[in-house]
Amino acid sequence: MFEFLRRNKRSSQSEQVTLPSRSLGSAIRSLFPQKFDLADLEETLLRADFGIAASEEITQELARQLRDVSDLSEQQKRTLLRDLLASKLTRKDAALNLQSEVFPYVYLVVGVNGAGKTTTIGKLAKWLSDGQWKVIIGAADTFRAAAVDQLATWAERAGAEIVRPQVPGQDPAAVAYQTIERAISEQADIAIIDTAGRLQNKQDLMDELSKIVRAVEKQTPVSEVLLVLDATMGQNALAQARAFTAAAKVTGIVLTKLDGTAKGGIAFAIQRELGIPIKLVGVGEGVDDFAFFSPKNFAAALVAG
Amino acid sequence: MFDSLSNRLSETFRSLRGKGRLSAADIDQTLREIRKSLLEADVALDVVKTFIASIRERALGDEVSKALNPAQQVVQIVNSELVKILGGETRKLQFAKTPPTIIMLAGLQGSGKTTFAAKLANLLKSEGQTPLLVACDLQRPNAVDQLMVLGEKIAVPVYAPEPGNGIGNPVAVAKQAVERARKDQHSVVIIDTAGRLGIDQEMMQQAIDIRNAVDPDELIFVIDSMLGQDAVNVAKAFQDGVGISAVALTKLDGDARGGAALSVATITGKAILFSSTGESIASLEVFHPDRMASRILDMGDILTLIEQAQKTFDQAESNKIAEKIANEQFTLQDFLDQLQQVKKMGSLKGLMGMLPGMGKLKNDLDQLDDKIVDRTQAIIQSMTALERNQPRVLNGSRRMRIAKGSGTSVTEVNQLMQRFEQASKAMKSMARSAPIPGTPFPVANKKTVKPSKKSGSKSGNPAKRAAENQGLSYQPKQSGSSFGLGN
Repeated sequence: MFEFLRRNKRSSQSEQVTLPSRSLGSAIRSLFPQKFDLADLEETLLRADFGIAASEEITQELARQLRDVSDLSEQQKRTLLRDLLASKLTRKDAALNLQSEVFPYVYLVVGVNGAGKTTTIGKLAKWLSDGQWKVIIGAADTFRAAAVDQLATWAERAGAEIVRPQVPGQDPAAVAYQTIERAISEQADIAIIDTAGRLQNKQDLMDELSKIVRAVEKQTPVSEVLLVLDATMGQNALAQARAFTAAAKVTGIVLTKLDGTAKGGIAFAIQRELGIPIKLVGVGEGVDDFAFFSPKNFAAALVAG
Repeated sequence: MFDSLSNRLSETFRSLRGKGRLSAADIDQTLREIRKSLLEADVALDVVKTFIASIRERALGDEVSKALNPAQQVVQIVNSELVKILGGETRKLQFAKTPPTIIMLAGLQGSGKTTFAAKLANLLKSEGQTPLLVACDLQRPNAVDQLMVLGEKIAVPVYAPEPGNGIGNPVAVAKQAVERARKDQHSVVIIDTAGRLGIDQEMMQQAIDIRNAVDPDELIFVIDSMLGQDAVNVAKAFQDGVGISAVALTKLDGDARGGAALSVATITGKAILFSSTGESIASLEVFHPDRMASRILDMGDILTLIEQAQKTFDQAESNKIAEKIANEQFTLQDFLDQLQQVKKMGSLKGLMGMLPGMGKLKNDLDQLDDKIVDRTQAIIQSMTALERNQPRVLNGSRRMRIAKGSGTSVTEVNQLMQRFEQASKAMKSMARSAPIPGTPFPVANKKTVKPSKKSGSKSGNPAKRAAENQGLSYQPKQSGSSFGLGN
């Protein structure tokens, strides 16, 4: 499988690359754990963090579709709902940008505190280096105690190189710059930059993020800005997505911690309001526990019986 | 993004003006708005439902229909009910009769346990306790290191015999830690544990084993205030799994409305003891149910704002400023001092967000740029003392120099001067119409200050007049070229 990835590395076919992942379906819990009941669909969706607007919209659309037909079996109704949910999340630009052939690719990973950024980077780096990519990780979280060491542990597991701050508490933009410098001089395939967790209403920290982007773009364009969102988050995730997009033009979302009881309905709210594609999902603490996001699988898991 | 609940309800009731009484239908419409507001704040649906039912009962009673302002009355009821639930059994941290007091933390991954552990240790230390931090999160890469670094920062010893990263037995570590604490006479033991999911039975068993091994006086459930509907399930899982005695809310310095707090308080019936509100290690507060209620309803947090202001503003300084305003002597230097005081209170956006009813303006607030303050400061700091005290001397070349010195443009300098003039004008008229709160002296009478119209400026604009009069007493040396290139 990894040879396959290697072969295709420079041939713009990343959609065909399969992640060494476990099935996403088993990680996500159905909206209907006991019995399939559409009577209170809106409440069911609300309970899954879809938010008021998305819940109402989906409920109404399904009602409209059901009005035109009669005598549907439960299975048919499930399919109808599944397709509706999937259509809400399906986007053309959901593939990771690994085909622009501008080397090194630069991934910037951002998010609030505790969302799972470092873990995501570890998994991503592992997957890419297993596929024979040369990965350099930039430890630009110079704020949190021991964040660099945590990342270094992951880098070691993944067999990736890490660029550390030269002094503790160094300007993260400088670390990012050095990472890219090193990635270029060592002809790495991809540089993944970790950033410190920041709450989106801290303007100075959001400005710092913009500065990191500017520092990187002095040398090479940023290929992806991945916003890591905790699937257990409520409606505040919308505010997060909005603020991070304003500061750093988020190109994709990584939905983490889907292995708990959370359904991740916030994905629908974000899609509805901001249209940022979900690209990856994290479903556990293991190094292989992540997958490309598939709207179809996700929707199927949500309506599974 | 969200309208404040009060605003929304006022809107709902506007159509009812003139009606003598509120009908049940009117109330129901109101309740729908409240429901929406609670859901937007991530209060769990089941909690919202029960909550609405009890509000409905009270709202249909006399206290609302007879109230002069029903909207306010309803908000009041909702608020007081929220406080009631959030208050739970209001209590303080439980200390053991014979030390050490053992505090165990538990929660999901990324909820902020390790940071909270250090903050709590810091708080207890400042209260004269001698805490010992224990690194029992042997799961997450370098969680042990993180705790050691934090412990060093606050000068609290950390018991960490195991390297972590999957190596070591947390139950044994916890047990040894308590023994160590007894021997070294630590009064409090704070045990940081690995993040775990409620449905992960193996990890929950581990938490139970730690609990059984150390028999903690407090088992604090640490929960992220941004949590959504799932907060209920999570809280239930921890309550049923390991049993909790209290709750700590983290990341409250974000802009989440924190409905999870309500869900957790309702589901577990346990008191929320602490709220963690910032990146600095000192930012741990005792939880205030009333403030959380206002926050959930988006009614602003005036109390915190006032407290912050009181903490930051120096009363003597304020009096001096008030005097200056009254005497029309308010200069750019004073303006700068004021700006710096305001800055100390935090971000402008954060401050504005605490005002009630600002929900409506949130979109505008997002446009508000905290950097404006920085730029303004830079501009004023690029001025000479003379220019700050007598802005009238600011000719073109001076303005250009200032723009260069502050990294701004002449336009920005001009804009600032215009704003300053407007501001001082507004302040003067305020000073005249009403005494400034906290001012110990009656505000100066117009006549005592106003210079005779006959001498000096004829401007009808008091600010301009004052400036011009000041300018009259000072004759700037008109030397140098108009390009500001020296003599």
